[in-house]
Amino acid sequence: MSTAIFPEDEASLSAAISDAAGPLQILGGGTRRIGRIPGGRKLSTARLKGIVLYEPGALTLVAKTGTPVADIEKVLIAENQRLAFEPMDHRILLGTQGTPTLGGVMAANVSGPRRIQVGAARDFALGVSFVDGSGQLLKNGGRVMKNVTGYDLVKLMAGSWGTLGVLSEVALKVLPVSETQATLKIHVSSWAQAVACMSAALGTPFDVSGAATLQEADGALGVIIRVEGFEASIRYRMTELKTHLAKFGEIEEILSPWSEVKDLPSWAPLDTVWKVSVRPTDALRVIATMHEFQKDFGFKCQLDWGGGLLWLGLDAEQLGDLPACVQLHNALQGTVAQLGGHATLIKSGILREQNIFHFQPLSRAIEIVTQTLRGKFDPRGILNLGRMS
Amino acid sequence: MEMPRPNSEVLLKKAKVTAALRAILPHDAVIDNPSETRAYECDALTAYRCPPMIAVLPDTTEQVSDILKICYREGVPVVPRGSGTSLAGGALPTADCVILGVAKMNQVLETDYENRLIRVQSGRTNLSVSGAVEEEDFFYAPDPSSQLACAIAGNIAMNSGGAHCLKYGVTTNNLLGVTMVMMDGEIVEIGGGYLDASGLDILGVICGSEGQLGVVTEATLRILPKPEGARPVMIAFDSNEVAGACVADIIKAGVLPVAIEFMDRPIIEICENFAKAGYPECEALLIVEVEGSEAEIQDQLDRICTIAQKHSPVELRQSQSDTESAAIWLGRKSAFGAVGQVADYMCLDGTIPVSALPEVLRRIKELSEHYGLRVGNVFHAGDGNMHPLIMFDANKEGDLELCEAMGADVLRLCVEVGGCLTGEHGVGIEKRDLMGDQYSADDLEIQMAVKDVFDPSWLLNPAKVFPLSVSETRRAS
Repeated sequence: MSTAIFPEDEASLSAAISDAAGPLQILGGGTRRIGRIPGGRKLSTARLKGIVLYEPGALTLVAKTGTPVADIEKVLIAENQRLAFEPMDHRILLGTQGTPTLGGVMAANVSGPRRIQVGAARDFALGVSFVDGSGQLLKNGGRVMKNVTGYDLVKLMAGSWGTLGVLSEVALKVLPVSETQATLKIHVSSWAQAVACMSAALGTPFDVSGAATLQEADGALGVIIRVEGFEASIRYRMTELKTHLAKFGEIEEILSPWSEVKDLPSWAPLDTVWKVSVRPTDALRVIATMHEFQKDFGFKCQLDWGGGLLWLGLDAEQLGDLPACVQLHNALQGTVAQLGGHATLIKSGILREQNIFHFQPLSRAIEIVTQTLRGKFDPRGILNLGRMS
Repeated sequence: MEMPRPNSEVLLKKAKVTAALRAILPHDAVIDNPSETRAYECDALTAYRCPPMIAVLPDTTEQVSDILKICYREGVPVVPRGSGTSLAGGALPTADCVILGVAKMNQVLETDYENRLIRVQSGRTNLSVSGAVEEEDFFYAPDPSSQLACAIAGNIAMNSGGAHCLKYGVTTNNLLGVTMVMMDGEIVEIGGGYLDASGLDILGVICGSEGQLGVVTEATLRILPKPEGARPVMIAFDSNEVAGACVADIIKAGVLPVAIEFMDRPIIEICENFAKAGYPECEALLIVEVEGSEAEIQDQLDRICTIAQKHSPVELRQSQSDTESAAIWLGRKSAFGAVGQVADYMCLDGTIPVSALPEVLRRIKELSEHYGLRVGNVFHAGDGNMHPLIMFDANKEGDLELCEAMGADVLRLCVEVGGCLTGEHGVGIEKRDLMGDQYSADDLEIQMAVKDVFDPSWLLNPAKVFPLSVSETRRAS
């Protein structure tokens, strides 16, 4: 087993890739062990560190991809700014060690609850530098807010899980931290009511920045709605939202539950966890599929993004036998394929070694485009092979 | 501006291709008479004109697929066209091409308020997307200034922005999915009513690809509830530097206006003469607009005014009513028309880091003196998206070339200070030959490799985006 490679600058990253004799497993901090973990020699960006440029007045920060997310957040908060897309920290859920990095966030396009209002990680990436599978250092985009010069490979690189190239530097749009925030909790009677309540909230002009569900241990279901901004504005919008949402159930104001929603710490003991993206109202069809397969054992569910994001999970007692789990997994992806969307196995648990698709299978035409693109970016086929399969 | 020489073999096939297109399309959807194809000879970059060989106006995705199959089989270049409002020559034909116009494809296919999305055919105009959801108090956020005329197809091709994108983002941030026809006629679905991609973000690279990867025929767009109200404040300064510093301070203070527009003295004077909006005598004018309930608007405007006062403005005028808001916007909204009254002009859209604003304005002024051409600057200051309007006389020999040379220098300046050639209009033919100033040969090569994946024979809008010398071997094959 060869030792891992830790390039300290772009030139040595480039050399490491062009000199590679075989497949490489690309890592940032190694905290997001999602998808099929490829074989090959480990190549980590963890030592490509440092903030290259930060202009608070231009809402722009440029950093090397091995820079810990925490370091970036610390620098930003000193200027009262933040990464508005609220990237999830996967460590507790997945039980991983290490330090989440900017490169990992971008390579996996990781966003949190505020994605529903401000966009995903990919929407905040202004420019990238990366080394492709031949060892060439390339760049795309820049560091300005608006840029349509040539093709937008920034979006293509974001969420490509290191399969097209290894990100070395990312320019980010950052946003001011809100003066204050507040959260309403509405006690609802069913998942259908939960989705309807979130749709109603997001359909108001009150600039909701989070719409998710929280389920108590006794099964009681609550919808949580977040607003952020200046104090006077928050008071006004909370009052209006209470009026608009009163018909869905009892309403109370609660302390911020959003780190629970974002990082799912209480889901740490679960064996198997899926993340599903569909139209919010289609969430009910996905839940119906879960009910059908898990009617005897139950399952855990949390909605976010107004219902457009479902977290689904099984603990040890909810797990059926292995064939049943494989069947459930395939049924989930089948339902989602019909509805339009994607179901990704985030924590593979019992399904780790199974012959399944961790990522939602693509249509034939898009699969061909995807494979041909990979062939262009990584002609030798050495970067994170099969990670997104 | 050089365009590739038409392919004589393709020109010889005109009758054959026309007949094949007639066989699959309604009679009036195929235009081959030179007196009628002339209607498609240019887009809004009117300095360059070339009638296409044939123009087709399909109604459905299936017809688009059939058209592309014929063109693919016969090796005929295809130039997709929305409403033809590109300022970059994105829809400029070549003499041997088929113009594929989607203007007749303007239907709303689905409105879904619960999930806050709309699905439309791509020929629908930008403003009429908002129009379709207005009765439920929703709107489609990207608002390019041509929004009355421009098509969603073109918005997707150029990843169009607008005055309000500081808060709402540009097209790519509001696009959920497309139905696209590949050059070989295959119809593909990318994205849909859900968020984020299941695999690679193909949608992200389609958006902004200037019609070179496929023909988008349908789009799923995010719609948003309309804010309760909006009101601007106008702030006048006696120097560009101070106005620039004020913009940075507003942004740093955590107020996020929906728009921050910046006008410099030449533009203020031209607009004032034209529109009589009552703008004060000053060097730089900011229009800052905020949204929300009445109380929220007042609170934010107060914060902005407090910041502005620290920079000793010449004048500060808060709108107190819709009439006053309209008056503040009047000059800005008539800027392009007003400049058009006094001269021919070229509108650039290079984008710069906001911090470089004073330096760039100073150096544009120097270039203006050097070339002897007047320049007015009006732009989206919050995001650094410049709009220098270089004025020239199209009837004066050599003036267009002089203007283009100056434009190129301005764009190189934008790149030099850390910005880019184009923030929202696209590259088209206009900035094609400057791409080497922003990107290395390898950076361009990987972009062209992406086109190879979607359109290996380089038939879709082939002479755009990349310098002709760089794309030559691909186009020739």
